[in-house]
Amino acid sequence: MHGLINRSIQRFLHDTYGGDTWAQVAEDAGLCVQGFEALLSYDDALTEAVLAAASIRLAKPRDAVLEDLGIYLAHLEPLRRLLRFGGVDYPDFLQSLDELSHRARLAVPGLEMPEFTILPLGGGRFRLECRSEMAGFGAVATGILRAMADDYGALALIDAVASDGRCDTVSIELLEARFAAGRGFDLAARRGL
Amino acid sequence: MGGNGIAQPAMIDAASLGRLMPMHLWISPSGHIRAAGPTIAKLCADGLAGRRFLEVFAVKKPRCTMTMRDFLALSGQRLEICLRDPPQTRWRGISVPLQDGQGVLVNLSFGIAAASAVREHALTHADFAPTDLTVELLYLTEVKAIVMGELAALNRRLQAAQADAEERALTDALTGLANRRALDLALVRVIAAARRGDHPFALMHVDLDFFKAVNDTLGHAAGDLVLAHAAGVLHSVVRVSDVVARVGGDEFVLLFHGLVDQNEINAIAARIIDQLERPVDYNGRPCRISASIGVTLSGFYQDLDPDRLLSDADTALYASKRGGRRRCTIHDPREANR
Repeated sequence: MHGLINRSIQRFLHDTYGGDTWAQVAEDAGLCVQGFEALLSYDDALTEAVLAAASIRLAKPRDAVLEDLGIYLAHLEPLRRLLRFGGVDYPDFLQSLDELSHRARLAVPGLEMPEFTILPLGGGRFRLECRSEMAGFGAVATGILRAMADDYGALALIDAVASDGRCDTVSIELLEARFAAGRGFDLAARRGL
Repeated sequence: MGGNGIAQPAMIDAASLGRLMPMHLWISPSGHIRAAGPTIAKLCADGLAGRRFLEVFAVKKPRCTMTMRDFLALSGQRLEICLRDPPQTRWRGISVPLQDGQGVLVNLSFGIAAASAVREHALTHADFAPTDLTVELLYLTEVKAIVMGELAALNRRLQAAQADAEERALTDALTGLANRRALDLALVRVIAAARRGDHPFALMHVDLDFFKAVNDTLGHAAGDLVLAHAAGVLHSVVRVSDVVARVGGDEFVLLFHGLVDQNEINAIAARIIDQLERPVDYNGRPCRISASIGVTLSGFYQDLDPDRLLSDADTALYASKRGGRRRCTIHDPREANR
């Protein structure tokens, strides 16, 4: 698994639950406390070990940890901005999820991301399919989609519905695209940001 | 031109043309702007319709163009134009003639200056046609900055780790002085400099007297304290460019650049011994040591060999020990010939 993904998990655990919790998780997973380098690659088993250790330490199911990770990631300003490049409003953003793995590879060649497919079902309902070697990206996507609905000011019901190991499915029901004001987004970041 | 005879020209209404090309200008044969796309209209607050194209915009490439006649001749070529007024936004573009003497259609895009134009004019997704890759260009610009930031941080961490490893590899952990490896490297350097020209040096070997007694009676912690103190004393008598190395338990070697005067060497040695003999307080108990010193000078040798220098300084040091300690002996080159 790419260091960026591993580093994201590390930052999430560290920032949300504190340095001590991260240190314990790292130790349980057989990792030094400095953890991951963002631009190196690591064995998938190490990522699994960290997730398993976090799940035990936090007494939360693995998918709940991953969903919180998704919410955390969408709140990091640089990442929030990159996601907002996807579309002018929430429905537009949902349509752009097909391109997410291409965008990720444009950003960092060699970053393996799940293949996302968004299927419009009509009546404001969508189904998102995440295909990946590692299960759990659907849970991360659920967290990201919930946080981004708030960011765009949309009202939507988002639920992870099924996983068969290779493909996680998330259901999205868009109740109102412009429910609240949402947060601002300027296409061109201010200098120094 | 299809198979059914005369091709009909396409007709399009202004709103659709605006959606297709949000930064287009329709210019009449007289040089007046007849219509403008919504994005370019947003950029020019004073309004565009009815104004003379060449008064609002300056055509820079393929050549500066002052008359409409010259501009019409640029049809089909890649253009570079900018706003005459601040912020002098730049575009690249192309103009094509319209049928029936309706003038020309100019389509513009920001090209490589997209980020500053978007920032200055507060443009959004909706200001760009879905076919326009400007938004992707901005996305990539931002991603690149983030990745470069990560790379720079990684480089800083690696650089610090490397400096740390090098420092540790050449430094004695207890005293912070150079270690044996660092001394060997320094000795090679000063010998090379001495061979190249007029760069003499002195090599001083210092061995602490009565150090074993401190260790045996007061313990290793007291011994370590005395070693750190001795390191401080030795450090205080050298200049920045000189070298002080700890080469054994209680043995030190000093390299003095440019030192040839034997009286001066004896004075430095006397100062070292005097300062080392001042008792060091360890938990209320005084630790007393002294030092024996042996010195040799680069000027004594035709052919400088590091092992020979160290061995001669060591021989001089043992002469000091035999002579009753607390003293300095300078190697006598005539001895080697006896």
